[in-house]
Amino acid sequence: MDAVQVAIAERVAEQHRHHGKAQFFYVWGALLLITGIEVYLGYQNMEPVRMLSILMGLSIIKAGLIIGYFMHLKFEVSRMKWLTMSALVFCLAMMCIFFPDAFRILHLGVR
Amino acid sequence: MADVAVQQHGVTAAYEASLFGTYSKKIGMWLFLLSDSLTFGALLYAYSYGRISTPNWPTPFHSESIRNATLMTAFLLTSSLTMVLAVRASVFGNSKAVRGWLLATMACGTAFVILHGHEWSNLIAEGLTLPVFPAVPGHEASKEFADVSKTVPQFPATFFGLTGMHMLHVTLGVVYLGIIALRKKFIPILLGLWLVAWLATPSYSPFHYGAHVLLLAAIVCGVIVFLKPKVYDSSDVEVAGLYWHFVDLVWMFIFPLVYLMSTRIL
Repeated sequence: MDAVQVAIAERVAEQHRHHGKAQFFYVWGALLLITGIEVYLGYQNMEPVRMLSILMGLSIIKAGLIIGYFMHLKFEVSRMKWLTMSALVFCLAMMCIFFPDAFRILHLGVR
Repeated sequence: MADVAVQQHGVTAAYEASLFGTYSKKIGMWLFLLSDSLTFGALLYAYSYGRISTPNWPTPFHSESIRNATLMTAFLLTSSLTMVLAVRASVFGNSKAVRGWLLATMACGTAFVILHGHEWSNLIAEGLTLPVFPAVPGHEASKEFADVSKTVPQFPATFFGLTGMHMLHVTLGVVYLGIIALRKKFIPILLGLWLVAWLATPSYSPFHYGAHVLLLAAIVCGVIVFLKPKVYDSSDVEVAGLYWHFVDLVWMFIFPLVYLMSTRIL
């Protein structure tokens, strides 16, 4: 790394030194707890769409905890947070364009 | 944003700070992870597409499979905790602790891969298979799974495609962390793991050939560490950590979507 990169990396490391260790254990505990709730829900005889909505909601919470705390995005500058996450959400949302076709096959069949 | 003051050739100079407030290596890894999340996104969407458009989608995962997958999830979550502790130790310059936490992360990742491999082998032996997988000799396929492979081929195709891609990522993540923790000392270990994985799996198992990924990884890593030997610093550990947490993150979507939504409730 050149001198500028070393200086930036040192500044980032300095920011990391201020994060307490306990918060990582709390996040880990919360992730395990949510996983336990998901497994419990998996055995409930629930309507699939409702089950899917709840499970995906819990998975998004887990993803937020991992990205925010473990991947440290919560502590990055707001430009980094917004550009990375909005690009990702936009691209993934665009893929939903295929789902109406899946429903068409289900309801109308294939000719 | 404040400029970065650096000493270069004995002269202190101020440079414009990074647009994203961090070093290039980390931004590079974030860009890679964004592109990789689209790869997994496409696979998850393909699985969901198949599920929506197929009325008789199978729910083959009984309690043993769910227990196994829950244990795998716990291993991955724990590996993320040990990884973040490795990053923390690295910014304090505690290299012994860094190595210890990285090895703990690798152990959890390896446990995940072994459990997943075991589950794949069980499913293949029971008849949930792909045409490219050889038949398991002396093992009667259960009617239920054999029917699933014939009537809903989208299920095994998307299941093995998605979980196989994730398993490959975890395996390469373990190799990546091994290089960061042990540098060139990890190459002979990797070659040993390749030999064990290759020779210990029967020739009809997909892992018999899949083990060659370790050989390829050993060759690539060997070239990298011999051409550019270096002591990995806290930025390298942090960037490796980003990759590892991403692998964990992807599983947080695969586990409910593939396993829990296909639980067989008796």
